[in-house]
Amino acid sequence: MNITLDLIVFAILAIFIVASAVLAVTTKRILRAATYLLFVLIGTAGIYFQLNYSFLGAVQLLVYAGGITVLYVFSILLTSSEGDQAEKLKRGKFIAGLAATLAALGICLFVMLKHKFMNQIFEHGELPVKEIGFSLMSAGKYGYVLPFEVISVLLLACIIGGILIARKR
Amino acid sequence: MFDFGIITNWVHTQLTSLMPEALAIFLECVIIGICLLLLYVIIAIIMIYMERKVCAAFQCRLGPTRVGPWGSIQVICDVFKMLTKEIITIRHSDKMLYNLAPYIVIIASVTAFACIPISRGLEILDFNVGVLFFMAASSIGIIGILLAGWSSNSKFSLIGAMRSGAQMISYELSVGLSILTIVVLTDTMQFSEIVMRQADGWFIFKGHIPAIIAFIIYLIAGNAEVNRGPFDLPEAESELTAGYHTEYSGMHFGLFYVAEFVNLFIVSSIAATVFLGGWMPLHIPGLDGFNAVMDAIPGFIWFFAKAFFVVWLLMWIKWTFPRLRIDQILTLEWKYLVPIGLLNLLLMVIVVVFKLHF
Repeated sequence: MNITLDLIVFAILAIFIVASAVLAVTTKRILRAATYLLFVLIGTAGIYFQLNYSFLGAVQLLVYAGGITVLYVFSILLTSSEGDQAEKLKRGKFIAGLAATLAALGICLFVMLKHKFMNQIFEHGELPVKEIGFSLMSAGKYGYVLPFEVISVLLLACIIGGILIARKR
Repeated sequence: MFDFGIITNWVHTQLTSLMPEALAIFLECVIIGICLLLLYVIIAIIMIYMERKVCAAFQCRLGPTRVGPWGSIQVICDVFKMLTKEIITIRHSDKMLYNLAPYIVIIASVTAFACIPISRGLEILDFNVGVLFFMAASSIGIIGILLAGWSSNSKFSLIGAMRSGAQMISYELSVGLSILTIVVLTDTMQFSEIVMRQADGWFIFKGHIPAIIAFIIYLIAGNAEVNRGPFDLPEAESELTAGYHTEYSGMHFGLFYVAEFVNLFIVSSIAATVFLGGWMPLHIPGLDGFNAVMDAIPGFIWFFAKAFFVVWLLMWIKWTFPRLRIDQILTLEWKYLVPIGLLNLLLMVIVVVFKLHF
């Protein structure tokens, strides 16, 4: 196996993601955890960019890094005060969490190593935006119009619910 | 139009003939990174000098005059002053986030800066979803601002960060909608393609009424998104004890300051690229002699001229209007700009479907 630039970049991104993920769950302060989560999400976007799937990478940055993390940080800012620290984990909880993590890791490794991957059929180069747009909006096979509309209805319901909670009169 | 792609391709072939391709690509990335940062700093210095001079002109003053001819070295002295200042650590603050926050802001700004096409072949990040990526990159800066406010362990910073965060999140919507209006007209999201489509007329002329409305909305929203103009609450130190960067000193404050000025340039250059044709010269269909004369001027001169023209417009707005209150800012966005932007998008769709554009 020869070392290519692709592999080195992937290794850097992977180490970055794993390190930030571990830090996100081990840190005591909630806002630091949110920041590490931001790094995990940015690293994932980096992997999408490495795969040349810039649309997914940009959406990952826009929705997760720029949207969801901002939402988390905003709600932390509104609810918790400085100096808030997570209480020390009980031994039983720690062991249960560790066991669940290791089990999940084992299952993932098992599936990935057992699975026979198909030969590479994907062409290098960026996916045209037009194709993505058509498949998002088509009702045929591999079309995403139904999930798209369902999610928009769900979001509308969330907005109305939020307004209802915020304006108790 | 001269294509800078020829030079970059020549450099690439020269490098690959000397060393393996992976090393060549790595080296090119490093060179481009250095060039990008240098350009970033130069633009920041020019912007700060321009701000002081334009502000002075609007207030009937002279501005900096003592250091160097017309005070042109003043900004460089300011940079050295900023660099030598002490960086204070705040007691009981979250030191890691406190030190990290300015860098998040500056990284988001540099990433957005890399999306701008300066001349033909001089684009650094040119994805086919360029507009989407630009929006994504610029939205990360908000987190830096929120973290800065929270980690300074000061109520004024925290409230200031909430204000700026809410303002930036809101106005991002209008920026997106007005760029989307032009994307409807062009059917592409790639910045280089957007510029190429303006060879026979800039979009502000081709899209006539909806494009002009979108341009005005973009100018207002862009001004608000970079926390400037009549929306510069973080700078209201006499009324509101400034904003998220109250507790910062030295170069950490300098990073916020530089990011703000370059963000203003980025917003203006995106306006220049999307509405005013970027590096594309002014072409009038039919007048071939005139077009040939215009083509003789290099692309990057056109680009910088347009970008600094928009910067000048935004500075004019900033030094003319009084500051708004935060509730007025949010009302302006959610009750006026967003509905107008949505209707304008619809109008542009009608114009494009019935082929009413030029």
